[in-house]
Amino acid sequence: MLLYIIKRLYQMIPILLGITFLSFLIIQMAPGDYLDQLKMNPQISEKTLKQLEETYGLNQPILVQYFKWLINAIKFDLGYSFSYNMPVLDLIKDRIGNTLFLSITSGILAWLLAVPLGVLAAVKQNSIIDKAVQIFSFTFMSLPGFFLAFILLFFSVKTGILPTGGAVSPNYDQMSLFEKILDRLWHVSLPAFVLAITSLAGLVRLVRSAMIESLQSEYVMFARSKGLKEKDIILKHALRNALNPFITILGFEIASLLSGAALIEIIVNWPGMGMLMLDAVLSQDLYLVMGGLYIGAVMLIIGNLIADILLAKLDPRIRMREVEGILK
Amino acid sequence: MELLKYIKKNKLAYLSLYLIGIFYLLAIFADFIAPYPYDIQHRDTPYHPPTQIHFFDEKGNFHLRPFVYKYELVDPISKSYKINYDVKHPIYFFTHGHAHYFLGFIKTDLHLFGAKEGKIFLLGADNLGRDIFSRILYASRISLSIGLIGVFLSFLIGAIVGGIAGYFGGRVDNILMRISEIVMSFPSFYLMLTLRAVFPITLSSVEVFLLIVVILSFIGWAGLARVIRGMVLSIREQDFVLAAKSYGASSFRIIIKHILPNTYSYLLIAATLAIPGYILGESALSLLGLGIQEPYASWGNMLASARSITAVSQYPWILAPGVAIFLTVLAFNLLGDALRDALDPKLKRLIK
Repeated sequence: MLLYIIKRLYQMIPILLGITFLSFLIIQMAPGDYLDQLKMNPQISEKTLKQLEETYGLNQPILVQYFKWLINAIKFDLGYSFSYNMPVLDLIKDRIGNTLFLSITSGILAWLLAVPLGVLAAVKQNSIIDKAVQIFSFTFMSLPGFFLAFILLFFSVKTGILPTGGAVSPNYDQMSLFEKILDRLWHVSLPAFVLAITSLAGLVRLVRSAMIESLQSEYVMFARSKGLKEKDIILKHALRNALNPFITILGFEIASLLSGAALIEIIVNWPGMGMLMLDAVLSQDLYLVMGGLYIGAVMLIIGNLIADILLAKLDPRIRMREVEGILK
Repeated sequence: MELLKYIKKNKLAYLSLYLIGIFYLLAIFADFIAPYPYDIQHRDTPYHPPTQIHFFDEKGNFHLRPFVYKYELVDPISKSYKINYDVKHPIYFFTHGHAHYFLGFIKTDLHLFGAKEGKIFLLGADNLGRDIFSRILYASRISLSIGLIGVFLSFLIGAIVGGIAGYFGGRVDNILMRISEIVMSFPSFYLMLTLRAVFPITLSSVEVFLLIVVILSFIGWAGLARVIRGMVLSIREQDFVLAAKSYGASSFRIIIKHILPNTYSYLLIAATLAIPGYILGESALSLLGLGIQEPYASWGNMLASARSITAVSQYPWILAPGVAIFLTVLAFNLLGDALRDALDPKLKRLIK
């Protein structure tokens, strides 16, 4: 198993290099220089500028700059943000918690609803429940998340049920622990709901069709002819087999934990990575953009790896082929 | 043709095909159907609420010619309006209004409908008093064409790269697939922002349009190339490819003439299902102020004003472009889904 993980990680190295190098190239193509803004600032002396140029190798060819950045990035030193005057890692650390909190909450919500709804629709195929699930999924698959966010913002302004921005209330610091938890949940509910509904709409369709296929397979027929209870057939035989492809999707979800919510974050003023990246891109904050893309790519690798390991753990066929194949 | 028959049987798909057709017609004839040009401002009536069309007046009398009441600005600060029931503006069909070029070259001032005096805002007006209904029609030109052109461009790249990788295999395949993997591994929203930042914010409207198409295609081709490659891998082993090889056809000819046509049905489904992504991508960029710029209308930049919470809560009709996006995306999704059912034999079996 360890060998399998190492092999998977090894396969990811060229992709990580490719992503970072390509982003470096793209950002270098942008007109102007990130030091231009600092040069305009009279408070920053010539000496500091020179020093900055030296430390980051900004006057050197692009390949040298890239390798300087890469060597530091492996040690998780992501450089310095020129517009925020802070190390990139500290900036990202500030925001990453909020983003993870939002995407994990919405992810759990979506999966907890998608699996039972999809199974129910598949078991009672062509019933009213099935039709309702299908209409729901088509509607919300086509409803853009940002539009749903606008609609919900409109209703929360009108009714005052939900807050319309930020992650915590202004008097958050004076709250007790229990109140703090409630306050966070209260603030996360609108964006989390938007994200959950849009991903739920797609997931439920996939669960439904995988379940239908699984219910028509021979092993389910065999279980039926054995006289097993319908509940056992659905939960123990059909569902377990139907869920295999979803582990790969789970991997994608882990990969997009940091970037998937970006647009909604910007629209509802959620203090997460989305806003930070938008600012960074607009102000050409080289190392901040690179840091964001780098962490995004690392998340992708982790996500894929988790999916691979889970697949190998859960499906003996894959384990035979992949894991034991290496050892031979 | 078999496809068309299948679509006719599937009511929802047939309906969406019609809906898409109507949307494209509306876009083509936008300047005739819209009562106002996209950039005409009515500074005296900012945030004018939608004007209701009446057949019955306040006393219950029937009028054959529909009319709208005059709206009077009561409070210029909160922009609240009051209906003045004494003044009716009848609606006329084929009225003369602002001049425009019908179909792009016939100069005329004829509009499908309008009120000779007074104003008609079917979906209200925005902060500068521009008619939202007219702007939605003009904006549909951008969204609907970005979908088609963007999909065409990325499918062209995807089909060529996938075709070459699948046909030649070996190292070419390996390198091309690694590149497509790298493009696919980018967080797509961040990549879109980063690519947009390479170019200056102030570009001419045509340049921005082309830029958005190129950015979206750059992100979109990779997934497609991989699927095409897989299909080509299995097709190239078939007899007709061997036959073409034996009479000495060039590799290029075999890929273009013999192999890729066999992937057309898949490409058609994938294209229909991909168009919404391009429409949403353009909307997202324009929504953040990085896409189509004022005074030109796009569904995304019209929604940008809804980012102000006070504006949305007081003038909810500025959300109307979102409904247009929703309907368009829904129609393409339904159609694409029906096409997939029609062409996917495995699913066909399931339905029976």
